[in-house]
Amino acid sequence: MTIILTAILFAALLGAILALIIGLAAKAFAVESDPRIEVVTDMLPGANCGGCGFAGCADFAKAIVENGNPPAQCPVSSAEDASRIAKFLGMVAEEKEKMVAVVKCSGGASTTLRSPYNGVNDCRSAVVVAGGAKGCDYGCIGFASCARACPFDAIEIRDGLAVVHPDLCVGCGKCVDTCPKNLIELVPASIDVHIYCNSPEKGAVKRKVCKTACIACRKCAKAADSEDQVNIKGFLLEINSDNPPLPDLVDKAGCPTSALRLASKHAAGDYEKGVSK
Amino acid sequence: MSDQPRKFKGGVHPNDSKSLSSAKAVQDAPLLDSYQVIVHQNIGAPPKLVVKKGDVVKKGDLLAEAAGFVSVPLHAPTSGTVKAIDKCPGPTGISVPAVEITADGEDLWGECMEPMTDWQSVDPGVLKQRVWDAGIVGMGGAGFPSHVKLSPNKPVDTLILNGAECEPYLTADHRLMLEEPETVVVGAAILARILGLDSAVIGVEENKPNAIAKLKEIAGKYNVTVQSLRVNYPQGAEKQLIYALAGREVPIGGLPMDAGCVVQNVASAAAVADAVLNGRPLIERITTVTGEPLAEPGNWRFRLGTPISKALELCGGIKEQPAKLLLGGPMMGFAQNSLDVTVMKNTSGILLIPFGKASQYTSEPCIRCGRCVECCPMDILPATISQAVENERFDLAAQLNVQACIECGSCSYVCPSHRPLNQHFKRAKAEIAAARRKEQKK
Amino acid sequence: MSDEEAKQIQLPDAAKLVVSNSPHIRGDETISKIMVHVLIALMPAVAAAIWFFGLHALKVMVLCTAGCMAVEVLWNKMAGKELGSWKDGSAALTGLLLAMNLSASAPWWICVLGCLLAIGLGKQVFGGLGYNPFNPALVARVALLIGFPALMTSWVAPGAGNWFACDAIAGATPLGAQGEAVASLSNLFIGNVGGCLGETSALALLIGGIYLLIKKLIKWQVPAAFIGTVAILSGIVHAVNPAVTPPALYHVLAGGLMLGAFFMATDMVTSPMTTRGALIFGFGCGLITSVIRIWGGYPEGVSFSILFMNALTPLIDRYTIGKPFGYIRVKKEAA
Repeated sequence: MTIILTAILFAALLGAILALIIGLAAKAFAVESDPRIEVVTDMLPGANCGGCGFAGCADFAKAIVENGNPPAQCPVSSAEDASRIAKFLGMVAEEKEKMVAVVKCSGGASTTLRSPYNGVNDCRSAVVVAGGAKGCDYGCIGFASCARACPFDAIEIRDGLAVVHPDLCVGCGKCVDTCPKNLIELVPASIDVHIYCNSPEKGAVKRKVCKTACIACRKCAKAADSEDQVNIKGFLLEINSDNPPLPDLVDKAGCPTSALRLASKHAAGDYEKGVSK
Repeated sequence: MSDQPRKFKGGVHPNDSKSLSSAKAVQDAPLLDSYQVIVHQNIGAPPKLVVKKGDVVKKGDLLAEAAGFVSVPLHAPTSGTVKAIDKCPGPTGISVPAVEITADGEDLWGECMEPMTDWQSVDPGVLKQRVWDAGIVGMGGAGFPSHVKLSPNKPVDTLILNGAECEPYLTADHRLMLEEPETVVVGAAILARILGLDSAVIGVEENKPNAIAKLKEIAGKYNVTVQSLRVNYPQGAEKQLIYALAGREVPIGGLPMDAGCVVQNVASAAAVADAVLNGRPLIERITTVTGEPLAEPGNWRFRLGTPISKALELCGGIKEQPAKLLLGGPMMGFAQNSLDVTVMKNTSGILLIPFGKASQYTSEPCIRCGRCVECCPMDILPATISQAVENERFDLAAQLNVQACIECGSCSYVCPSHRPLNQHFKRAKAEIAAARRKEQKK
Repeated sequence: MSDEEAKQIQLPDAAKLVVSNSPHIRGDETISKIMVHVLIALMPAVAAAIWFFGLHALKVMVLCTAGCMAVEVLWNKMAGKELGSWKDGSAALTGLLLAMNLSASAPWWICVLGCLLAIGLGKQVFGGLGYNPFNPALVARVALLIGFPALMTSWVAPGAGNWFACDAIAGATPLGAQGEAVASLSNLFIGNVGGCLGETSALALLIGGIYLLIKKLIKWQVPAAFIGTVAILSGIVHAVNPAVTPPALYHVLAGGLMLGAFFMATDMVTSPMTTRGALIFGFGCGLITSVIRIWGGYPEGVSFSILFMNALTPLIDRYTIGKPFGYIRVKKEAA
């Protein structure tokens, strides 16, 4: 019995002494920090995606509080969240538009020429070998580097092609930096029409390797409501993001290769065989 | 220098498979209807085109001129018209610009450079200019401009000619040394004169005894020595060759001249002799076309711009579908997915690998057997580095000296887990270089 | 060339050409070949075990080998991984090595439990082959030794050629009694002593070890440093005070030293990759084994010493990385 008592007493005493030391240390070595940082951190999404350019949400919160970075710099939080943070800190909220990523290629395994590839299943590794073994030098090689980089699981590899789901994408831009072919672009989420081709080659060269390449026939440019909605650049057409065409352009233009697509339908898998509906 | 064959640390011993073509004499390829000459055939800046569509050119005429010091001119392989300047599949799988020449069938030489038969009394500077003008590059595989190597800014006391040809299957250099030993040796003597040296050494792997004997017959006349080397891959790698022949280590990230050496390929030396003695630019080269699936393997003298499909036709086509088509040797060559790639200045071999022999990479885990550490000629830890790369820890890879890797592929060759180690290192080097560039921009 | 002739010339189908990174040929060594060779190297010891301990030994070995492969498949199924990994032979090898560490009298449930511990706790929890920091068979052995000390240290007396011998004799392993030799050196050498299946016959293990060395499947540095250290240390202690411990040769031949030095410590996954590291590793194993054997509470220290050095392997590897080719000159120039 005495042994048990001694043990309990000893443990209690030891605990008390250690607690005292910790308490004193906390006092002596306390680091002054702005309590607002913690509140702002809680108001941020907490995904730690790094889309803002900082090491994580807490780091970004510090930048907002101490350096006055605009909360809208966070690509993930909605405009309401950003303005809530701004209000809390007494800052002026900035308007920001939601951005989403677009993989500018529609050449899946069934529509493009590619050779069997044997090696590391990663785009950035694959490009060191024969440029990724795809017939088209510019297209998506489909080894999912972007999908792995996406903190929000918004990119899916379907039929050897990376497809962004616009409803899941928050526009953090991680995939943009990952793609070795520089295929991914951030565009305003309000635009639904995109040209899913990135090859600057001549139409005939592109057609040889890909059924769904943009062959610069300009049907879409002609069908557009106003002249500068779709512009030609080399052998590739380009959607003008300042004056975007309406989604009905896809039906009106009747793109012969279905490179002109709606992001929403593309993500839903409505273009699988590379033929427009 | 003793007669004992020399070697380096590490290395592997793949079955050399050279017997397929080593006894076949070099044949001249017949004139084709058209050639697609890839413009950028050298390391460094791509040469600047001086012809345009529709121009009539003679054999040996300038197609493109050097654009800077680390760049070499390009010459027409035959006489004819420039049909187009377009893109064609390049050896790395990315389309590259090429000059398409329709041959007129006459194959007439244009205005040639003046032959210098009395090269022993010509100023070394003039000889060096000739090497540059002839568009000569390292013909062993790298394609590094030869005149740059001949302009060292550090004291150099040894000239080494690389006749090791350690890559399995390839026999182009072997046949060259056997059939034209005089050209090689004279080339070596000219190179020595350019560098202000009075001797040179040719290193040849001992599996080519007939070539060694032939070279030795002539070498003495020009104060050139022939040294046999142990058969060990990668004996022909620059740094390993210098270590074997001169006993010096080239520092990591350094050049052979940092060890007081200059290394030139034997084929490049022969091209130098041809340029100096006959005034001919580099427009053709000896290439081994081989592999088990091929009907008649052999060694051919191809003009630049010969499509691979034509080269394979000359060899009687294939007996069975190969798994891989390579430019260069099986250890360091590039896999091709098009038959329209054309012969370049550094195409030492066109190789077909059958399905049974082709390496298959898997992502089986490393069992830390240490085979790769044992064979690495650069004494780095391939297994550890590849794991760092798999975890995208390029900083760690850099710490482990991934930059020292010469991409010889010995580690991937021995790996029992079939890990794509070499590909990991290529990627790591690319990523580290990209990160450096980013840093510098800041 | 006429058209007909041209047709006969067949060119490769470009669409079927495989694109991959160099090198495009490879050596013919594979993981399963390595494992099969190690299994072959164990065969003399297996034969010796069956000769001395009869069919009970065979039962234990079959049970453990099959058990380990079964656990591997089961685990992969539960973890949703590919099921094929049992074919590479590593699980079978772990199983056989585990059996080598058990007594012929080990009941079936000890074998099954051992398999679960070896493959589950020793290997798969870390991510499977290649990722395990400790030798799986030894993890199982030590766990069993601590959990069931009585069962794990009751050995069967050897009955050469007697197929059904199974008389458990408790505790009398050659290293059990302090300072006194319980078996003659010649018996130790050929294996006519009590002990676990794989420990007894130094001769059989030596044959297997030499096979491994010839096939270059193990680094000679590990067994050389391991056995050498034990021999020297025990020799010195015996010379100073013979009452403390038997002579060096006795130490080398008795217990699990041969098995440990040739088959367990040399396990590729858990031993250093560098040659200098292998020497340090072997020395460390020898040191700890000697200390445990001579002064420790357990009669045998081989398994503990190897496990301990397994833990140090990453550290050893890290500090024994040689300087790469061409490195020294760079440093000199910088200085």
